Amino acid sequence: MLKTLGKQIKEFKKDSFLTPCFMILEVIMETLIPVLMGSIIDNGVEKGDMRHIILMGLGMIGIALVSLYAGIMGGKYGARASTGFAKNLREAMYNNIQTFSFANIDKFSTAGLVTRLTTDVTNLQNAYQMILRMCIRAPFSLIIAMTASFLISARIASIYLIAVIILGGALAIIVRLAMKYFSQLFEKYDALNASTQENISASRVVKAYVREDYEINKFKNASGAVYKLGVRAEKIVIMNGPLMMFTVYCCILLISWVGAHMIVSDTLTTGNLTALLAYCMNILMSLMMLSMVFVMITMSMASAKRICEVLEEKATICNPENPVMEVKDGSIRFSHVTFRYNENSESPVLDDINLDIKAGETIGIIGGTGSSKTSLVNLISRLYDASQGSVLVGGRDVKEYDLETLRNQVSVVLQKNVLFSGTVLENLRWGDENATEEECKRACELACADEFIQKMPEGYNTYIEQGGANVSGGQKQRLCIARALLKKPCVLILDDSTSAVDTATDAKIRHAFAKEIPNTTKLIIAQRISSIQGADRIIVMNEGKIDGIGTHEELLAGNAIYREVYEAQTDGARDFDEGKEAN
Amino acid sequence: MAAQDRPVKGPMGGRPPRGVRGPKVENPKKEFLRIIRYVAKYYAVQMVLVAICIVVSVLANVQGTMFIQTLIDQYIKPMIGSSNPDFSGLLHAMARVAVFYAIGIACSYIQSFTLLFVTQGTMRRLRDDMYSHMEKLPIKYFDTHIHGDIMSLYTNDIDTLRQMISQSIPQMLNSAITIVSVLVSMIILNIPLTVLTLAMVGVMMICSGKIAANSGKYFKEQQANIGKVNGYIEEMMTGQKVVKVFCHEDKSIEEFNKLNQELFDSAYKANKFANIMMPVNAQLGNLSYVLCACVGGALALGNVGGFTVGGLASFLTFNKSFNMPINQVSMQLNSIVMALAGGKRVFDLLDEKAEVDEGYVTLVRAKREGDKIVECQERTGMWAWKHEHQADGTVDYVELKGEVVFDDVDFGYTDEKMVLHNVDLYAHPGEKIAFVGSTGAGKTTITNLINRFYDIQDGKIRYDGININKIKKADLRHSLGIVLQDTHLFTATVMENIRFGKLDATDEEVIAAAKLANADGFIRQLPDGYQTVLSGDGANLSQGQRQLLSIARAAIADPPVLILDEATSSIDTRTEKIVQDGMDKLMKGRTTFVIAHRLSTVKNSDCIMVLEQGRIIERGTHEHLLEEKGKYYQLYTGNSIAQ
Repeated sequence: MLKTLGKQIKEFKKDSFLTPCFMILEVIMETLIPVLMGSIIDNGVEKGDMRHIILMGLGMIGIALVSLYAGIMGGKYGARASTGFAKNLREAMYNNIQTFSFANIDKFSTAGLVTRLTTDVTNLQNAYQMILRMCIRAPFSLIIAMTASFLISARIASIYLIAVIILGGALAIIVRLAMKYFSQLFEKYDALNASTQENISASRVVKAYVREDYEINKFKNASGAVYKLGVRAEKIVIMNGPLMMFTVYCCILLISWVGAHMIVSDTLTTGNLTALLAYCMNILMSLMMLSMVFVMITMSMASAKRICEVLEEKATICNPENPVMEVKDGSIRFSHVTFRYNENSESPVLDDINLDIKAGETIGIIGGTGSSKTSLVNLISRLYDASQGSVLVGGRDVKEYDLETLRNQVSVVLQKNVLFSGTVLENLRWGDENATEEECKRACELACADEFIQKMPEGYNTYIEQGGANVSGGQKQRLCIARALLKKPCVLILDDSTSAVDTATDAKIRHAFAKEIPNTTKLIIAQRISSIQGADRIIVMNEGKIDGIGTHEELLAGNAIYREVYEAQTDGARDFDEGKEAN
Repeated sequence: MAAQDRPVKGPMGGRPPRGVRGPKVENPKKEFLRIIRYVAKYYAVQMVLVAICIVVSVLANVQGTMFIQTLIDQYIKPMIGSSNPDFSGLLHAMARVAVFYAIGIACSYIQSFTLLFVTQGTMRRLRDDMYSHMEKLPIKYFDTHIHGDIMSLYTNDIDTLRQMISQSIPQMLNSAITIVSVLVSMIILNIPLTVLTLAMVGVMMICSGKIAANSGKYFKEQQANIGKVNGYIEEMMTGQKVVKVFCHEDKSIEEFNKLNQELFDSAYKANKFANIMMPVNAQLGNLSYVLCACVGGALALGNVGGFTVGGLASFLTFNKSFNMPINQVSMQLNSIVMALAGGKRVFDLLDEKAEVDEGYVTLVRAKREGDKIVECQERTGMWAWKHEHQADGTVDYVELKGEVVFDDVDFGYTDEKMVLHNVDLYAHPGEKIAFVGSTGAGKTTITNLINRFYDIQDGKIRYDGININKIKKADLRHSLGIVLQDTHLFTATVMENIRFGKLDATDEEVIAAAKLANADGFIRQLPDGYQTVLSGDGANLSQGQRQLLSIARAAIADPPVLILDEATSSIDTRTEKIVQDGMDKLMKGRTTFVIAHRLSTVKNSDCIMVLEQGRIIERGTHEHLLEEKGKYYQLYTGNSIAQ
């Protein structure tokens, strides 16, 4: 894991190296300062030597300046290294995600990827800065202050050593205990927030069933549990302060006693004593700092792990060597194709599919939920790879094509489709970057989108909100079709892409397809019989197999499933207000 | 889409960047006092105790600092050179200091211990108060606020308040007392040196102010960039499959790198300035020390104003312990400002006006005795409205039948814009009324009015002859079942989710309801049957299954009047049939208002209302409306634009 993350430091290696260096320099200067302060008191103030005071004072200012420089540089490089590290992490993850196949994306889920790119990266950024600035500084400061103490007086320094061991041990126990309770607390707290979130979005249901008091009680129980755990965890943490104070005070008293004896017997100066007391604080503070760093690192481990998962994920579909750069025509062939989403699952999603589609044909696909209609078409543009058998487009196995070439020629309008924030034109040009406005308009006319775009306040320059929030479902679908048409593909696949479009418009779109792009092979998945009725051939899918194939009339006569669906739909189960999207 | 009927603001899922949202706190003092008062309501004694403990432990600490000087001046120095030093005096002094230390430690512990209960207790109370109050708010609140923002009250804002109560305020108090006591000690020792120290503090404050201003500027920039990057990430991750299909990977990387670089630039600068604050202040502190040593040395040697060498040594110690709390104060001030903004948002929620209910007509179990309807305790299957006339105190019982009348109703979500105009409608008990019309015609709005999610501006709605404003909201809603288009399920077992409709339902009743709704079949196939825990709003169920659960929930409540919003999402024909059957069984014998999307539903209705732009433009049975060849005919034949 460290190796994977370490690789992302890249151009910030220098910063990452310099930060602790400057921190060490700062620590050294900080250790020198008490020595000089001691000397100012001992040899200057006590002896009434003004020259010494000024000399030492100047020395101290010099050291302070060096320390200031080191501090600023350390701060600067630390900031650069950690924010740069975060930048690289985001970039590396983002780049890797772009290589992901659909299978990879499914594995992580959208929300999972967003968290990793945002919250988790921020956590690591903070932890990294902490490590660079504190992880080396704190132990170093501890050691150097300890060494200095030993140089001044081994007897007193040994008191520190004992204090460090005792306090260190106690802190370790506190951290361990507290972490245990805190992780429980966070879990409970997350659950509390999740249920609050649920309640907010379900406010209508709660009110409709008059369950306000019930929900309040539920919440109060949960918040009571959070309270109890919180108290338990905090009770341990608050031991920190008094424990620290106790150790410091004990040290001061002990040193004063031992120090007084030593001064009297002339083995220690008063200046030395002041310096020693300053080191005492340095040492114990460093220890405290270390325990904090430790907690922080432990807490960011989960984030580090999640990020590594993305970085280490290998794309399941890659470009072949010497790829074919041209698709000859829109013919499609499935030869003994079997497909599983998960290699280990028993029953395949598609089972031994054989299919021949000629270029320019219009094929309808129908079947119940889970009958693998979408899986079938997803293999054509190689969004997934077949587990067994082969899929051929234009007479060649899809695995031989350059991915971009293939996907530009096999244009899919996904079931769960998305528009992006930007103007209508910008969205359309996803299909073809260089498309002129006329070409865009042409595609929109084919998809029956031109009409409503013209009615929009700024026509083709109207801004589409994120996720297409400001267009209706039917309009969105038509825009997505137009976008796919702009690729001028050999094969066009519509995966339930007109479900929100009224029947009349739906018919118009199909009509336009037949007239304007006769050579393009068209695959249309639909729930409505009316959407596919006129296709050259219709495939009826059932449980991963082709149940029947033929024209509308043939299937009506010979296919039970098809007939059942047809009868159900003509019998009144069809959507009534299909026309609602018309305007 | 029901969502478009409601006045929801803001793009979907687009969260504004944290820290930028919300109004600026205009009256920080008022907000601050309000927070303090809120805490003090239950913890006044504890707060005083904490304050006392802070004072004592600070004084003990200051006393300790002074002790070192006394130790050197009064006990050690006199003994230097003495051949037979007497340590008993020192021992005494140390014993005294040890007692102070012990008190200090004890106080510090008591302080943290007490504070812990104050903080955790207040947080719990605040959460409970917020939630309880939120539950009582009208639907309008949820419709007009972005859910993410409401949520962030419970997470971010409450967290800043916790920070303030548990850390910032005690720290500030601690620092303030330290500053005052050290300052007093310094003034007693030497005034010119105190002035010098204060001057240096001034310099320090100016410097940190400058740095903070810079850092603040970049932090704001960083915040804005974080918002942009996160927004882009969210959008692109959601559309990642589309990106793949359109081979848009390189372009999306290019755009991302640009935003990422901008974020890095501002984050780097913001962090840089934040990082250099500490060393700058620390070194200015050292400078202050040196200056005091030099000036003080000169003063002591010249013996100006009786200033002694011992005094200088003490002063220098104070100088050192003066700078630290100053830095602390400036740091804590920052987080208090943030907490005040969070506090304001939290109190804004608590100040929101709760749903008012002036209704007094209640729903009671009833039975018939001769001609009269009387109230009873046992289950009779019969319900009645108990109408206590306010004028003369008499009580009327009206049988609950499910008759609903709209009389010239006008309604708008805001007073400026009406969405329903002069709506009249009449539903006899047991009738099925279907609403059809294009998106935004006001179908969902009408159903929002029957259960009083919103109150009408003009006209009357009567339920069994009673103006619904007179019926207690809880009782009104109990008498209405509602199946929404988007199903909401809770993190709980399937059993509990259905039982939500009737809390005291037995397992058998739940199963019976599930059977009625055609949900029993799929529930039994779930890993743990009825005990399967659903999570993430039933994410592991299909759309159709979720709807079936929602129907079962309504079925168990067994209400006389139903409001159904049929789903538009395309589920396959078979599942759709199962859902449809479930709905049909549920509708049997109940007055039903249905926002219809399905032809069979419309056909079987007793009356169809065709809505357009908030008006009922046609009404009648299917056959009747077809004959009229109006809007309904157009909708039915799907030829609205072809002609």
